[in-house]
Amino acid sequence: MCVLVFAESSEGKFKKIALEVTSYGKKIAEALNTNLEVLTINANDTSILANYGADKIIKVSDEKLLSFNAKAYANVIKQVTEKNSATVIVIDSSANGIYLAPLVASNLEAGYASKVIAAPSSTSPFIVKRQAFSNKAFCNTEITTAKKVIGLAKNSFGLFEHNSNATEESFTASLTDNDFGISSTAVETSAGKVTIADADIVVSGGRGLKGPENWGMIEELAEVLGAATACSKPVSDLGWRPHSEHVGQTGKPVASNLYIAIGISGAIQHLAGINSSKVKVVINTDPEAPFFKAADYGIVGDAFEVVPQIIEKLKEFKAQNA
Amino acid sequence: MKILVCISHVPDTTSKIDFTDNDSKFDTNGVQFVINPYDEFVLTRAMWFKEKQGATITVVNVGNASTEPTLRKALAIGADDAIRVNTEATDGFYVAKQLAEVAKNGNYDLILAGKESIDYNGGMVPGMLASILNYNFINACIAVEVDGNKVSASREIDGGKELITCDLPLVIGGQKGVVEEKDLRIPNMRGIMMARKKPLTIVEPVSFNPTTASVNFGKPAAKGAVKLIDADNVSELINLLHNEAKVI
Repeated sequence: MCVLVFAESSEGKFKKIALEVTSYGKKIAEALNTNLEVLTINANDTSILANYGADKIIKVSDEKLLSFNAKAYANVIKQVTEKNSATVIVIDSSANGIYLAPLVASNLEAGYASKVIAAPSSTSPFIVKRQAFSNKAFCNTEITTAKKVIGLAKNSFGLFEHNSNATEESFTASLTDNDFGISSTAVETSAGKVTIADADIVVSGGRGLKGPENWGMIEELAEVLGAATACSKPVSDLGWRPHSEHVGQTGKPVASNLYIAIGISGAIQHLAGINSSKVKVVINTDPEAPFFKAADYGIVGDAFEVVPQIIEKLKEFKAQNA
Repeated sequence: MKILVCISHVPDTTSKIDFTDNDSKFDTNGVQFVINPYDEFVLTRAMWFKEKQGATITVVNVGNASTEPTLRKALAIGADDAIRVNTEATDGFYVAKQLAEVAKNGNYDLILAGKESIDYNGGMVPGMLASILNYNFINACIAVEVDGNKVSASREIDGGKELITCDLPLVIGGQKGVVEEKDLRIPNMRGIMMARKKPLTIVEPVSFNPTTASVNFGKPAAKGAVKLIDADNVSELINLLHNEAKVI
């Protein structure tokens, strides 16, 4: 018996979420009084995983797995689970994580709880708290199968350092053509931009900004903060900003440390998508805007006057604190 | 091409979310139910295939009789026939098993579903369905074209998109992008009249033990009041974010 975490890497390196799922896996392993094993695929240096509690690091190196393939990756996770008798499998909520987790669960005939936001409140019965109703509620869900798959929501648990003497083991999965029915022909990413998924800070603009030509200050504020830019649904529907920036109930969820909403009134659907963010700031001319009820800090004022001042003061602040 | 579109019956996005029976059940009192918004995008894409390339569209829902108006709405939009699997949809894996049975019996080339439902947000049914059927699967799909047996598609990844090719049969977990918001269809009177005469078949579920159970529900704790900062004193905001919230 063990807890197995899949630590996703990109070009051989781990992102913060890989360390978060490792921290989370350690917590469950302790509750179950068992070991934490961490599976890596084509990662270079895995030593950092031992800082977050990995007891064993399982390394898969396979050229066929250099680009992500959900079915093949899910099959690797299944084979490791069976070989090492893992009972709980933890996967992150990146685009790739949520793609492969249902396949892993189906392969293993395991119950799967996605969008999990806390350590299990009980391990027998096995109960986890997860987001539901598009973040307007949570659900305590029991996983009733012997094997359990958990999809951990991003930025919900945090990182916990836990030094361990991790052993390493290499593993060779047996894969067939059937695992590679999907071919990736190209990947297009906007180079140099912080993505909403990875961002600690998100700066978001709404219809209050009056037109796409006014996004310069949003981008400048984001740049000063090292933040990602986002927008409300009407803004993406009007074509002022790309759909990939739409956050809200039917857009991207945001779970950043800081969310700054500028000229967004705060419709219920928008708030649902962003309420996992830890600290929310709203800037709006209308003191009755619903966002003021959901925010931690607010400025009632004209964005066109307030935002340039914030940028200027932030630059001074950054210069002093550099 | 035979297309199956999986339809989830969910509370409208503006619904007030409350629970009843000691917080163990969603309170449907006064709630308007609609086609799951993500499913609406893929249903519209299915209509595009039907009109431009020729296809038949079956819509399917796993649910009790109360979901039938939602299936009728899908028929009014233009699906050809509907299937309802007569059981409560309590667990994503259970739903995927029921849909797999319908899919096997109907021999569909393309199975479209929204990437998740906006009520339970499991995001697991399309992937599990593909896995049970051993079909190809694309999640968070934002574009799909079919030429004969060949599919070209793209999916959203963190910070961009990935272009993909594969063969049919295929299951898609779709979202906005497979069609645009402005292309979504509202049923017209003729569609609504025709939908009444289209076949809606009720099938009984296959047996499968649920793998998860919702123990109870709750709502996030109410927030404290917002701290208002004067528009002429933005330095105070930076001070609070740095010293109090510790996020910058």
